[in-house]
Amino acid sequence: MSEQVPLVDYLALGDSPHLVANECTSCGARFFDRRNACANCGHTEFTKVDVATTGEVRAFTIVSFAAPGVPVPYVAAVVDCEGTSVRANLINVEPDPEHVTLGMKVRLATNIMGTDESGTEAIGFGFEPLGG
Amino acid sequence: MASEDVWVLGIHMTKFGKHPDKDIVDLSSEAVLGALADGGVEMKDIGVIGAGNLMGGGSGQSLQKQLGQTGIPVYNVSNACATGATALRVAVMAIKAGETDMGLAYGVEKLAGAGLLAGGTRKEDSPTWEPSGRFGAVAAVDGRIGTETMPGVFAQIGMEYGHRYGGASFELFAKISEKNHAHSTLNPLAAYTKRMSLEEIMGDVMIAYPNTRPMCSANCDGAAAAVVVSGSKLKTLSLEQQRRAVKISASILTTDPWEEACQILPDVNTLTRNAATQAYEQAGIGPADLDLVELHDCFATAELVHYDNLMLCERGGAVDFFNSGATWRDGTTPVNVSGGLESKGHPIAATGVANVWEVTTHLRGEARDRQIPGAKVGLTHVIGLGSACGIHILEKAA
Repeated sequence: MSEQVPLVDYLALGDSPHLVANECTSCGARFFDRRNACANCGHTEFTKVDVATTGEVRAFTIVSFAAPGVPVPYVAAVVDCEGTSVRANLINVEPDPEHVTLGMKVRLATNIMGTDESGTEAIGFGFEPLGG
Repeated sequence: MASEDVWVLGIHMTKFGKHPDKDIVDLSSEAVLGALADGGVEMKDIGVIGAGNLMGGGSGQSLQKQLGQTGIPVYNVSNACATGATALRVAVMAIKAGETDMGLAYGVEKLAGAGLLAGGTRKEDSPTWEPSGRFGAVAAVDGRIGTETMPGVFAQIGMEYGHRYGGASFELFAKISEKNHAHSTLNPLAAYTKRMSLEEIMGDVMIAYPNTRPMCSANCDGAAAAVVVSGSKLKTLSLEQQRRAVKISASILTTDPWEEACQILPDVNTLTRNAATQAYEQAGIGPADLDLVELHDCFATAELVHYDNLMLCERGGAVDFFNSGATWRDGTTPVNVSGGLESKGHPIAATGVANVWEVTTHLRGEARDRQIPGAKVGLTHVIGLGSACGIHILEKAA
């Protein structure tokens, strides 16, 4: 198996891929980016927490017009993972309003984004319909 | 007229659309000279300039070099789609602070032919994966982890409202666009003035479901400018100037307070509601007193949520409110009688002054074919993603 790296540092690969958030140790606010301080309370200490890998689609759009090189159409969404909101594409589903619906239950899935010249694969993530 | 109030003395907007023969300084000059003439004053009377331009080239100093280098302070402001409102607010604040009794604010943009303003390009993947940026991303994430495009972001904002309260369908959003395109037929300064049927709107090119092309704000060229004056100064001017002056009853700017999810999908709701609450309190009026509203319909999906955020309807009631016909020009709360950003156009920095021009023109009774009869109070609203919300409430001179 070739070497793999995650598309973003908050995606943990391995046997059970999942997202990891920076959680403020004071107020519990969660963030996915590198932090200087908490935007909610100003506290500067964070702890790593695993984010639920199942959730519900709270908002979506089907993007048909994007930058050159971005395959369209694709579904961009906000998934509510048991109280933590996640930005992601919906994958392994037909990108049309008959197959994608508000409130649909989804689970995290990974996909190969590409392979670089040293043979390393970049692994991305999205959410796919539960039971789909 | 109370001395501490601030008034719109003169205001002007260029036609929005394509101006290939004019550069950005020509456009801002046209708007500013128009506003000065409308107010009956000259550049030498102005004590401060709030200059709004987002995409570059339109600084206050470049304008001064054409119209008058009087040595006054210029504040070049950039605040996403709230840039024009921010420029106006700078001039208002300078007057409120007693630094000057007359100020100028303008917004200008050359955007005709521009495509996607965010997410319009994607960097090529590098030959080897190297994490960079705040997410440690090894490659571009737009299109791989959601969308950075504005049509897609605002589509989700409208869909989220639908998920929370129900009733928000593709057809409903298209009907909002149908209204604004119908309104635009009466506005000779709009970039597009063609009435479009619901079928035409729904059948047009899909950009980001549920926003088709006519449901998106139109990139175009344009400028708008306003001269604002203190109440005490206005008292020294002619009766005609006083008669046409329009009171700025509220001038508010907010940013988005932190809430769960606000860094996942921009939250345009809470900061708008906060700005509206402050604006109604400052003006001493309520949403029921508004004779017209120009709100930030950068996409049809955005207009719906702002009915609610501006408290034009009950919380959660935006769909029913729209379906009642309230926001058409003959309804109880006419919204975007200018045609809105979807047809009037959205030269970004100009928008937050152009909406004040629209409302001012109605309050003066000078809106001709599209005049809202007897209009006395109006509200303007813009949202800049990131986020910033500017609201101005305007009142006819007593």
